[in-house]
Amino acid sequence: MTQQRAFRVAVLTIAAIGLVVMACTSDEKESAAGNTLQAVLDRGKVRCGVNDAVPGFGFLKPDGTFAGFDIDFCKAVAAAVFGDANKVEYVKLTAAARFEALASGQIDVLIRNTTWTASRDADLKADFAIVTFYDGQGMMVRADSGINKLEDMRNATVCVLQGTTTELNLDDRFRAGNIAYKPLTFETNETLEQAFTQKRCDGWTSDKSQLAARRSAFPASAGGPVALKILAETFSKEPLGPVTRDNDSDWHNVVNWVAIGVITADELGVTSKNLEQMKSNPPSPDVARLLGVPFKGGQVSNFGLGIGADFMQKVLAQVGNYDEVYQRNVTPIGLAREGTLNASWRKGGLIYAPPMR
Amino acid sequence: MAVLTAFRESTLWRRRRTRRWIVQSWFGFGVALVLLYVASRATRLQLGLDFMGDRAGFAIGHQWLTDYTGSESRFNAYAVGVFNTVRLVLAGLALATLLGIVAGVARLSKNWLVSRLATAYVEIFRNTPLLIQIIFWYTAVLLQLPNLERGVEVLDVVFLSNRALAVPWAYPEGAFVAWLGALVIAAAASWLAHRWRVATEERTGRPANPNTTALAVFLGIAVVGFVAAGTPLRPELPERGVAGAGIQTISGGMQVTPEFSALLLALVIYTGAFIAEIVRGSIQALPRGQTEAAMAVGLGGYERMTLVILPQALRIMIPPLTNQYLNLTKNSSLAVAIAYPDLVFVGRTIQNNAGYAVPVFLAIMATYLVMSFLISAIMNWLNRRVPLGGR
Repeated sequence: MTQQRAFRVAVLTIAAIGLVVMACTSDEKESAAGNTLQAVLDRGKVRCGVNDAVPGFGFLKPDGTFAGFDIDFCKAVAAAVFGDANKVEYVKLTAAARFEALASGQIDVLIRNTTWTASRDADLKADFAIVTFYDGQGMMVRADSGINKLEDMRNATVCVLQGTTTELNLDDRFRAGNIAYKPLTFETNETLEQAFTQKRCDGWTSDKSQLAARRSAFPASAGGPVALKILAETFSKEPLGPVTRDNDSDWHNVVNWVAIGVITADELGVTSKNLEQMKSNPPSPDVARLLGVPFKGGQVSNFGLGIGADFMQKVLAQVGNYDEVYQRNVTPIGLAREGTLNASWRKGGLIYAPPMR
Repeated sequence: MAVLTAFRESTLWRRRRTRRWIVQSWFGFGVALVLLYVASRATRLQLGLDFMGDRAGFAIGHQWLTDYTGSESRFNAYAVGVFNTVRLVLAGLALATLLGIVAGVARLSKNWLVSRLATAYVEIFRNTPLLIQIIFWYTAVLLQLPNLERGVEVLDVVFLSNRALAVPWAYPEGAFVAWLGALVIAAAASWLAHRWRVATEERTGRPANPNTTALAVFLGIAVVGFVAAGTPLRPELPERGVAGAGIQTISGGMQVTPEFSALLLALVIYTGAFIAEIVRGSIQALPRGQTEAAMAVGLGGYERMTLVILPQALRIMIPPLTNQYLNLTKNSSLAVAIAYPDLVFVGRTIQNNAGYAVPVFLAIMATYLVMSFLISAIMNWLNRRVPLGGR
């Protein structure tokens, strides 16, 4: 009797192993075929890898919802694909884990202040979409510290996040300037901030956008934002944008052109507020093409992205154009858009959309 | 239905051997499938380690006895990580054993307060997650120490702040390796002297002070060797300074960072609680007659413990102790949580910069495997060496 039971257990175990193997194999087929767009449509949700700790960009609010500049681009993709900006499953990731999460198929798109670099593009098998935010690395110190430039930081301890280009730029800059320093490398921003608040380190280096965000939310018990200052020098180029997997063109195109559409709408002056009016009476063929409506009774142009010609209507209605996204998220943390690299190219900035036609 | 009944009752099917054979071949088939799947995945991965020779590009803040810089190879960075793990683990093993023995013996104390305190310690720290304890020690205790400007000084040689616990230290220089050789010779000589004095004791029946002689021989050779090698240790005092635009610094001596201390504290206190239980169990496993016999020959509490009980309990202790040592070693990888660059930390940084997740993780696993095997080998050797007397 017991032997019979043992036999049954053995057979069930084998069956279970077999099922697991089959499950793994079929799972692999999905990602190996490189058609994330189809997988996303089947699932009914976009899995978006995000930050949860940078106010203004990717931030988990106390009520449990995400908000920020990057989050809005996740929403824009969902709005374009499903017509519903809420069909997003946010996956919060550390800087060190994000590329694994993307490569393994845990997420469909990574929109987590990720810098476009050659080695990431090639070695890490990631595909970068258009740059949505031009950032650069800076250094934040305590306002009362007497540090005014990086050269003042000889023998300082610098807090930095692990596994980031930030860590590499820091070493390059301090080595080039012959400035001895000690890095203190953290895995999460929360522990880093605690160490910095307790004066465990003299400086905190990161992308300036992140520093501004952190500074704006610096606890009043530790002196509030005025207790900190960000040094003028920017010592790296950090173009940030959405990232997809290599060899996944259909999906990459969707992500890329949704982002471009958001920028184009800003250039053409189409906002969530004047959308209805623009839709019924497009002032130019450009606007008509963007919104997927006929211009003076002509044909509707479809770019062949596989998500319907009117996708930008849904994006603009639910998320808004680049300037709306920027003003809603980034301006409140103290980074004005005018006069920076993130101004439109018409106003001397670098935000420029390839033609949508 | 008839066929099924016939099949059930067929003798071939009912035979034990047949069924065993079927079960085993199915199992073998399953294992083969899994292996095949793993192999098919693995062949498509790049498993070379060439990227480890490239420039690392990132600096490491916690270094002791090493002077790695960001322009060295990734392999060197990884080596610093391994060394950081090794020194953490070695200190942890020694202190956890000590704490475990003290707490384990204390749990059996007849003193109500002592035994209750020991019980409270064991139950609190054994039953809360280690990661939480590490973060607690780091953020709630060590980071809350006064900062460098307000740091505590003891006699101008020891500085305590949340930057570091800085203490005087002696660093090797010159003919230090030659002196280490002299120490080995001293150890051998003192062992011979000890044997000789014990033999004399047994022959004459009079005390011949074997321990004192051995110590004297060791110290004698060590001191003479130290002078002969030209005092190859350079004492260094920690020093406070101000650099650049008023940045407070502490340099020199040995600096124990709060990250290292928090990890060490957490690992020692956590593992110590488990070891205490092992020690208590091993002592209680001894027959009561041993204690009674020791009392009968008039041994006091301390001598009873160190001469009779602990030596016998040791051989019961060693196998479970080995498990705890291995646990401590593996648990040290939680360093990632609080900015201590151990081998996992450095490995992950390399992997994030260069890609190659699989080779990096294989390298990390192989490193832990080697460390665990070493600990197991030493403990097994010790287990065989401990004399197995009758109970």
